[in-house]
Amino acid sequence: MSVRQSLLATATALTVAIATLPASAQTLRYANQGDLKSLDPYTLKETTTIAHHAHVYEGLVTRDKDLKIVPALAESWEILKPTQWRFHLRKGVKFHNGDPFTAEDVIFSADRVRATGSNFLTNVATDAKFVKVDDYTVDVMLDSPNPILVSQWDGWFIMDKKWCQENNSVAPTPASATTPSYASLHENGTGPFYIESHQPGVKTVFKANPNWWGKPEHNLKEIDFTPIASAATRVAALLSGEVDVIEPVPIQDIERVNASGIAKVLTGPELRTIFLGMDQTRDELLYSNVKGKNPFKDIRVREAFYKAVDVDLIQKRVMRGLSTPSALMVAPPLYALSREFTRPKFDPDGAKKLLTEAGYPTGFEVTMDCPNDRYVNDSAICQAVVGMLARIGVKVDLLAQPKQQYFAKVLKPGGFKTSFYMLGWTPASSDSHNVLHDIMGCRDDEKDPNRGEANLGGYCNRELDVLTDKILVETDAAKRDQLIKQAFEIGNKDYSYVPLHQQALAWGVSNKVKLTQRADNEVLLYWATKQQ
Amino acid sequence: MLAFTLRRAIQAMGVMIAVGIIAFSMFRFAGDPVNQMVAIDTSAAERAAIRQSLGLNDPVPVQFVHYFANAAQFKFGVSYQFRQPVADLLKERMPATLELAICATIFAMVFGILMGVYSALRRDTLLAKIFQAVSLIGISLPTFLIGILLIYLFAVTLGWLPSFGRGEVVRLGWWTTGLLTVSGLKALIMPSITLGLFQMTLIMRLVRAEMLEVLRTDYIRFARARGLTTRAIHFGHALKNTLVPVITVAGLQFGSVIAFAIITETVFQWPGMGLLFVQAVQNVDIPIMAAYLLMVSLIFVTINLVVDILYTVVDPRLRSTISRPG
Repeated sequence: MSVRQSLLATATALTVAIATLPASAQTLRYANQGDLKSLDPYTLKETTTIAHHAHVYEGLVTRDKDLKIVPALAESWEILKPTQWRFHLRKGVKFHNGDPFTAEDVIFSADRVRATGSNFLTNVATDAKFVKVDDYTVDVMLDSPNPILVSQWDGWFIMDKKWCQENNSVAPTPASATTPSYASLHENGTGPFYIESHQPGVKTVFKANPNWWGKPEHNLKEIDFTPIASAATRVAALLSGEVDVIEPVPIQDIERVNASGIAKVLTGPELRTIFLGMDQTRDELLYSNVKGKNPFKDIRVREAFYKAVDVDLIQKRVMRGLSTPSALMVAPPLYALSREFTRPKFDPDGAKKLLTEAGYPTGFEVTMDCPNDRYVNDSAICQAVVGMLARIGVKVDLLAQPKQQYFAKVLKPGGFKTSFYMLGWTPASSDSHNVLHDIMGCRDDEKDPNRGEANLGGYCNRELDVLTDKILVETDAAKRDQLIKQAFEIGNKDYSYVPLHQQALAWGVSNKVKLTQRADNEVLLYWATKQQ
Repeated sequence: MLAFTLRRAIQAMGVMIAVGIIAFSMFRFAGDPVNQMVAIDTSAAERAAIRQSLGLNDPVPVQFVHYFANAAQFKFGVSYQFRQPVADLLKERMPATLELAICATIFAMVFGILMGVYSALRRDTLLAKIFQAVSLIGISLPTFLIGILLIYLFAVTLGWLPSFGRGEVVRLGWWTTGLLTVSGLKALIMPSITLGLFQMTLIMRLVRAEMLEVLRTDYIRFARARGLTTRAIHFGHALKNTLVPVITVAGLQFGSVIAFAIITETVFQWPGMGLLFVQAVQNVDIPIMAAYLLMVSLIFVTINLVVDILYTVVDPRLRSTISRPG
């Protein structure tokens, strides 16, 4: 090839490349610190992943902008009796490959989501039997009443039975899959977008689905998603106009983004509650200088810890105003009566007195476990707590670690190896029962081995467990709220945990884009409109 | 000669196995991969089942032997996070890293040599002093800081260059290239400078020192005496003789350019192997970490092996000592 020929070839390639550049109008470019790892909607229950899937897959129900459960693929439902629900499916819905959506797909998806390897086992109760009445009606039979059946279904997406069977993807792709399944690399949902190309860790391109059954609220024809892990680069990409939406914006960059004139930061309280927990089961703490007894078994010590922590100061200084101090272990939007709870006042002198009464006039030493890359300013919060506890004489040795090491140490498979820790929790079902059961339930319940699964400190009060079980089956909403109130009151009276706050969401959004922020931190771009 | 090559090849294998053993013993401190693969409310029983099926409960030596048996057949397993074969992922990411590394090396060579020659020939000029100062910055500032400074200057403030990614790429078979599109070329500029800056200052200092050395030698003096033009002396004789060590260093440094691309790729979200590795570390994705470390050590070992062999070809004195090892 002569020089001229090769020049020509290069020039042609250049022209082709320029000609195939997508027009940028109505193409929304979005960057998140996390990645979309598997397209199989049953592999990983994690906010960012579910939010991505929600663009291409749909469930029977969905949540609206205020997190209320609204119909999606189920047009309506009725409770025939407390243990039998009837769902009327939407007609004329098609999967992206053209297959019609019918009752068969619902029954198939219900089996698939509960099969080994699914990470969504808790979303669809094991006792629920799905029975086809006709092509567009499905009955769900339960062993015992379940008032939050449809809330639990949020995040459970319906898949195409025929497509799964044809592509050898009947079983969910487990987290431990050793061969990539077809469903983890391709999608076939009913949602408002379909995925045109998916390069894990690099770029995913969503295209608007012209055959979607609903009326689009967006004006997009394409979403280009790039994971950008480095926070500085992500902010720079937003400020230089190369991306339109980023999540999250680091707290220290919020003012700069707002002052840029190019983008602004949407903030709001998240549903995740950040709290402190204490080992209340071991007879001697694993990491403390107190030998032969466990100071956290004494309610006065727990009360002292509670009262020594100044959440307002943490809110002002550490979180720069971007947190909502909490009196409960569940976020206010998820529980109607949360306003009736107030936090005991910050009272370091009272705390000191309580410690003296409990027999620790000079305090004691304890190690605190804390993640340093999981929650907003997590290790800074822990440092602040260390300083506050020092004022009442408790010397806290802080062990702040990356989330991999932290969770490996403190969670159940690691043997709950912690004496004092910080954790964040968003109830998966968006309901208080999940908190009362997983975080505040006794760990040693023989009938229910999953109770207290994430109760790392082993707080236990049988009265609370009895209430929790009643809450699970109570269908009268007002009565149920009262039961939840009693349960939380027990937890607060026992000083079971020290709830700190709900951290703030921070999304960077270009001034050209209008977007609704939902409190569960799912970035849902099917509500986004972008100006030319 | 053959015996020498064989011996070196066996040594290289030893190095690879040692790297593998060190890597495997370190993975145990990277955390529990299962935590990154499931939701936080996943039950302990499910977690245990996953550990079992991944073979994480086997003793470390068993895991190691198992891994190497597969790796020897070029089977590197499946990534925990992406659920795709690691070999495919690395192959897909390799063009991005190699293009970046080559561009960075070219940048480092061209500017390093030019600046080195200039500062050797015009030692006392202001520009030479500026070059010296720049080289100091290049050596002392960490890569990620340089990258972020460049991004803020050229992407955010001036808006000339993209702050992340590779731009539009063209697919040629399994290779993807950003060299054929305007946005691809623009995207290459800042990462190449960031990655190549350290090598550039290294080469500049080397060229300067070598050049000053060579200019003092007898043959340069004779060349001057013969009345050759300064231009011919400087570039025909002096520069040519300084380039031998420069090329050796640049060749050996190519391995570390690929290895150090990790940081540059993270800052610029460059979709190469380094970024893949960083994501793997954050997610305790052991198959990717293991394969990447093996690959980097393979690159280093190969480059060194080639250099060793080339030396014996170039320098006959080495050959005679090799045939009679003492």
